Amino acid sequence: MQIAFAILVALTLASAIAAVSLRNLVHCALCLALAFAGLAALYLQLGAQFVGFAQILVYVGAVAILVVFAILLTRGGESAPQPVISRSWVAGIAVAVLVFGVLTKAMLSSSLAHREPPPKPGPAVREIGNQLMTRYVLPLEAVGLLLTAATIGASIIAMQDAGRKQPDPQSVASKPANARLRRDAEEFETPTG
Amino acid sequence: MLGEGILKGMAETARNFIGSYHDPERLTTVEFPEKRIPAKQNARNFPFLVYDGVDPDMGLRCVACQICEKECPPQCIYIVKDAAKKPDYLGKMQFQPKVFDIDVSVCMSCQICVEVCPFEAIKMDTDFELSNPDRFGGLLQDKHRLSRPNEYYHKIHPTEASEVDARLAAEKAKAEAKARADAEAKAKAAAAASTAKPANPPQPATAK
Amino acid sequence: MMGDFFKGLLVMIWRVMTDQPDPKAEFLSVFPGGLQPLVSAVLSVSPIILVFATLFALTTWLERKGLGRIQNRLGPNRVGPYGLFQPIADGLKMLTKEDIVPRSADKVVHFLAPIAFLVPTLLAYAVLPYGRNLVPVNFDAGILFFFAVGASTELSIFMAGWSSRNKYSLLGAMRAIAQMISYEIPLILSSVTVIMIAGSLSLVEIVEQQGGYQFGWLPGWFVFTPWGLAGFVIFLIASLAESNRSPFDIPEAESELIAGHLTEYSGFKYALFFLAEYLGMFAVSGLAATLFLGGWRAPSPFLEWVPSYVWFLSKLVSLVCLFIWIRGTVPRLRVDQLLNFAWKFMLPMSLLNLLAAAAWHFTATWNFIGAGPGRWLLCAAMIAVPYVLLGRALTGGKKWTRRTYRFAE
Repeated sequence: MQIAFAILVALTLASAIAAVSLRNLVHCALCLALAFAGLAALYLQLGAQFVGFAQILVYVGAVAILVVFAILLTRGGESAPQPVISRSWVAGIAVAVLVFGVLTKAMLSSSLAHREPPPKPGPAVREIGNQLMTRYVLPLEAVGLLLTAATIGASIIAMQDAGRKQPDPQSVASKPANARLRRDAEEFETPTG
Repeated sequence: MLGEGILKGMAETARNFIGSYHDPERLTTVEFPEKRIPAKQNARNFPFLVYDGVDPDMGLRCVACQICEKECPPQCIYIVKDAAKKPDYLGKMQFQPKVFDIDVSVCMSCQICVEVCPFEAIKMDTDFELSNPDRFGGLLQDKHRLSRPNEYYHKIHPTEASEVDARLAAEKAKAEAKARADAEAKAKAAAAASTAKPANPPQPATAK
Repeated sequence: MMGDFFKGLLVMIWRVMTDQPDPKAEFLSVFPGGLQPLVSAVLSVSPIILVFATLFALTTWLERKGLGRIQNRLGPNRVGPYGLFQPIADGLKMLTKEDIVPRSADKVVHFLAPIAFLVPTLLAYAVLPYGRNLVPVNFDAGILFFFAVGASTELSIFMAGWSSRNKYSLLGAMRAIAQMISYEIPLILSSVTVIMIAGSLSLVEIVEQQGGYQFGWLPGWFVFTPWGLAGFVIFLIASLAESNRSPFDIPEAESELIAGHLTEYSGFKYALFFLAEYLGMFAVSGLAATLFLGGWRAPSPFLEWVPSYVWFLSKLVSLVCLFIWIRGTVPRLRVDQLLNFAWKFMLPMSLLNLLAAAAWHFTATWNFIGAGPGRWLLCAAMIAVPYVLLGRALTGGKKWTRRTYRFAE
């Protein structure tokens, strides 16, 4: 199992690094999707079936597509003009190593690291469902509310955009050029007897 | 109700599907080239030359008048008149074509050559399977290729052919009647002349 | 040693054919312990690939003949007896066609797109129960796995459309993805009703729950309940949209943006897309059969001697025939009609279906006179009345009359 874990970790890290260092933005997005899939594989390796499959369904199936659509509709496919490695890379690496060290120390010295791994639960999905409906029902409802608010907000923004793009028929008719055209048309239509 | 149109459509296609196995109206495919639909009488493709009897050279109706060659819009007919003459269906000596070529790749099937021919010699064929791998001379049809018997003409355009035959037969009958009348008149004149001659006997022989 | 091998093989085949549990045990004991999981996996996977690849070839033939007969013509009938070798001819054609990649295309992504489409589609076959003891992997969260890998195929469509560097491909890919994510929600919601009633995400468990016969002859399949029938119809329509089949075949129809995201694919890559699409159709038909039609269960107690995988395959094939029939009947939807239909009709109907299923579940304890038909009527009304009202509202109350023509004077 160590080999499988090592391979998965290597894959996830490599795709995550590629996601931030490739030139082409869409390539970055696809490598990000691969990193999500690697993460899902790690969850599966730990025996968390529900979380692993939900990770694929939500992240690879929806979030990655959202990222890709966002790139598509805004930037297009041109590659980055400037090199991806910024000039202050020394400071960047120092900060990253520092943060990693702090997190590792915090995790290793917490109570979580010294606890026995919990026994593998039975039918995991049923347990998750039960817990969501009894003990964690407030976070569930809060998340539902958040998603509803996001959907309504998106619809409102889209409707506003559409409303602003369409020309107002009143304003079109009142423009001077159009008034002149209408007058000319009326003159033309009256019979000259 | 939403969706009933789709259900009605699906019922119709199911009727089509099941009907295609037993109802000839619901499966109208004719598997060419094993089976063919008989061509209609008024179908036409490219011209051919009609000959009466069994000998394509002697019975050819064409007299090389070259009217069709002159009237053809894309000028796809090429005729060379032969010096020798041959008798037509009335027995009169007529010219004949030595070379009669139609370039079928140029012909536009307008049927003008058929309309202007005074001798019912060129008619429209219905044969369409003319593909040829030789693209330089394969579609140039010569006199031998173009000649088809009158029976073939009857087969592809029965009404037209019978009408043409009736007309030609009427003309032949009229010509024969005229010839007989002429012959009778001539015989009568000859008989009158021969009876008129012994009407002048050698009288002085007896009078002395 | 060889004798053991063949004996184990024959025993395994016999056990599979007669629906007996644990067919692979004897055969696997021939192999050394370390190799056994690998051999077990190969034994599970190879029949699936063989059967469904053959079914793919037969379905292309069936589709062409079926569509031909529906359209008053014969299908292909020259290549073999009744044209049965036509798929082989088509396969040879696809293999020998030149593989053209546009010069400015993104080569890596262009190459990976068909693979990224095919692999998740094949993965989805791992959780379907093909027979009484014939499921490759019995996941606890089987349906979730199926939908997760189904969602991963959408990324490959984007890859195909974007890497071709063709604006028509890109537009086609965007339309295709919009269609697929719009119809994923009714698809998943209609299967959530089944999950709710069955109480488990595992497909084997769901088929187990559909046993028994009501009144002695009506099978206990979920399709014979009001919410199950509505859910089945919603699931079928959504699965037509997910596999890009008519009438939802905007992404791949010939007259739409050339071929949408598949414009720049030729030869074997196109064949892989084609294969993956049909395999996706089979997988989702298999899921429909499992969720609503009782999977491998027989429809009547007298027919239970027929092996279970025969029932599963026949249900799958009849669903495929239904898809072909619909393809021959209905014209293509416009993209705005399609998206309107998904969000304004299918989504509310699937939510109402959830409510009806909940009502069914909570009225299961009714036992007064007329409770059975009463339950049925209540749940059916919960679905049918909004269906009629919503349908009327969405079509604007227009009635389709006979078309009249006005000619120029």
